[in-house]
Amino acid sequence: MSNTTKSTTTGFYNYRVVRQFSIATVIWGLIGMLVGVLIAAELTWPDISMDIPWLSYGRLRPLHTNAVIFAFGGSALFATSYYVVQRTCGVRLFGGALVGFTFWGWQLVIVAAAITLPLGMTQGKEYAELIWPIDLLIAAVWIAYAVVFFGTIVKRRTPHIYVANWFYGGFILTVAVLHIVNSAVIPVSLTQSYPVYSGVQDAMVQWWYGHNAVGFFLTAGFLGMMYYFIPKQAQRPIYSYRLSIVHFWALIFTYMWAGPHHLHYTALPDWAQSLGMVFSLILLAPSWGGMINGVMTLSGAWHKLRTDPILKFLIVSLSFYGMSTFEGPMMSIKTVNALSHYTDWTIGHVHSGALGWVGLISMGSIYYLLPRLYGREQMYSMKLIEVHFWMATIGIVLYIASMWIAGVMQGLMWRATNADGTLTYAFIESIKATFPYYVIRLTGGALYTVGMIIMTYNMLMTIRQGQTTEAAIPGPVTTPASAATA
Amino acid sequence: MAFYYQSGWSIFIAVVSLISILGCFLLAWSLASRKAPTDDSGNVKSTGHVWDEDLVELNNPLPRWWLYLFYITCVFGLIYLLLFPGLGNVNGFLHWSSTERYNREVEQTNLRIAPLFQQYLSQEIPQIARQADALAMGERLFLTYCSQCHGSTARGARGFPNLTDADWLGAGTPDYISQTITHGRNAIMPSMAAAVGNIDDVVNVSHYVLSLSDSDHDPALAAKGQKKFTVCAACHNANGRGNPLIGAPDLTDSTWLYGASIDNISNAVTQGLNNAMPAFGDRLGEGKVKVLSAYVWHLSQGSQ
Repeated sequence: MSNTTKSTTTGFYNYRVVRQFSIATVIWGLIGMLVGVLIAAELTWPDISMDIPWLSYGRLRPLHTNAVIFAFGGSALFATSYYVVQRTCGVRLFGGALVGFTFWGWQLVIVAAAITLPLGMTQGKEYAELIWPIDLLIAAVWIAYAVVFFGTIVKRRTPHIYVANWFYGGFILTVAVLHIVNSAVIPVSLTQSYPVYSGVQDAMVQWWYGHNAVGFFLTAGFLGMMYYFIPKQAQRPIYSYRLSIVHFWALIFTYMWAGPHHLHYTALPDWAQSLGMVFSLILLAPSWGGMINGVMTLSGAWHKLRTDPILKFLIVSLSFYGMSTFEGPMMSIKTVNALSHYTDWTIGHVHSGALGWVGLISMGSIYYLLPRLYGREQMYSMKLIEVHFWMATIGIVLYIASMWIAGVMQGLMWRATNADGTLTYAFIESIKATFPYYVIRLTGGALYTVGMIIMTYNMLMTIRQGQTTEAAIPGPVTTPASAATA
Repeated sequence: MAFYYQSGWSIFIAVVSLISILGCFLLAWSLASRKAPTDDSGNVKSTGHVWDEDLVELNNPLPRWWLYLFYITCVFGLIYLLLFPGLGNVNGFLHWSSTERYNREVEQTNLRIAPLFQQYLSQEIPQIARQADALAMGERLFLTYCSQCHGSTARGARGFPNLTDADWLGAGTPDYISQTITHGRNAIMPSMAAAVGNIDDVVNVSHYVLSLSDSDHDPALAAKGQKKFTVCAACHNANGRGNPLIGAPDLTDSTWLYGASIDNISNAVTQGLNNAMPAFGDRLGEGKVKVLSAYVWHLSQGSQ
């Protein structure tokens, strides 16, 4: 404020780290999805792992989930949150060398995961498999991330904090708490440890973490993405400020309670199961609030959907978000859960959220970012984006429809009983009956992955034909009043 | 989590839960105004904030249908928590519990199916095994309760005996089978490392064991191991044919429950073996055990 003769620019945004994380998103996404296709094939034809331990389903499945959630999804969140927070705060990223540390630290976590998981080193907690030394590195990177993000918010030059940053901020804070609490272990060697909780408490802590990994890592963070890239790409204002307030607070508050629905009909006491179910149902409206705000932002610009493939990615992701956040509360109802639990219906549900919501919105956002990061008007080929969109969408539909049918069928087969009280079907019969649906699922997953290969090609060509650019930070908006105080 | 049932915790849980649902309701209600700020020509105005050159927000009212959906889920939640256990140790007006429901279902099913098994209580197992409908029922029982370990085709797996051959660890009579199902079995071979000697002795005796069934072995090592077999003979008999009275396996046939390699056998000698089949008597009741025994006994009758 001492210098009143500022030029129109005040330095440059940090695009370097956004570029790094954007490329990482695409590469890790491709790798994670390829592993997904491999394990889908292993479920269909178990012999193809050839009894090689580190190719076995049990070791590659956590590699797939970690790669797509934390490597692909995580990199997309880093890339977009760093881009969005700078531009909506009007300042360069805070934190200096910490910014680079978050990139290289996160990549190191991913590589360490890709080595230890196939070797069979695991904590055995779903979505929190990584062994304790890697957990420590994650905690360090995450705290650095929080410092960079909130430091940037603190030094912002805009009077208000943009709604996308509420969601990114909520996601960063909560994931730090979840990770640290659930990963509390007593190490007994470099690769082995025991959780500090035991029995049903351990299960409850795990699913408090597990469900909020979905709620904050895979939802709140991506809603932040939605709140920036949809209005930007559609060139329309956000539909309702007050809707964003209600659904933000209701969403982040209510998600915290929903974990017990993963433990219906287990040793978890009845009262905890009831609370988990009730709050999962209450979660329906807050979730849909985000979908409504995103979709209604497009009102008056629906025609753009016909011609803009990037907007297609962004809007269709919201319809999958709406679908899976309707399905989730329904599946948390104990009576429904009695049928759906432990079946492939759950797998279908997760993938309608993961492929449909998280995947499509990340791809749309990266397609928005890449030309801007490499000084081009648009991506190398808009046609290929269109092709990618249709392959991905058809892939998702095949995937989730086959898993719905398979899941309901398995649930019905497992509960069918004869007049003499015995089970009508042995477990192996349900697996046999699932075979055709596993083939369809594999086809859907493969289509989705081929779409990702096309995206990788499109990205590489865009980078090749473009050049790294820096964007200048616009000077302070000086109104007469603020100029006088300066 | 028993300590959560103490009244202090229970009250805490109930109060926090109720305040939380009420809070959700109030949050939506406080922002539920129907009116949106409009400009002179009646268009919805933006909040006036601008980010990143052109990001602005309108302030449309909350969609009604959405608001009512939110209210309905909150009200449903409150009603549900009054009816079912949820507010700490308040049981709910329906006095429902998952344990009680499970017990009731099991009891009802048992009452319903009891007559089906009644007729078999007075029959001998071989007599039951001659009735096609009893065998069909036995197969269903087997697939429900036994296939997890012995396999859908009853051929077993490593550590889980094959039930279709005539090779029994014990007597293999109908009574023996029914006793096994009712009370379960414990199989223990103690570690023989100290009695046999050093690692070379263990490998030698393993070759000798394999030689008994003429399996793949080194005759020179087997000859050296022969005299060490005396410590094994206490259970497996001097000729290696085992002892059905204590369930000690016959080592001269081609059945190898834990594998037929030198490694498998020397591991068994050095570390011993521990195996168990759980008891099913209380769970299944006498009628089902009889039908199941008939089915299992029948499986090996053709393969003599």
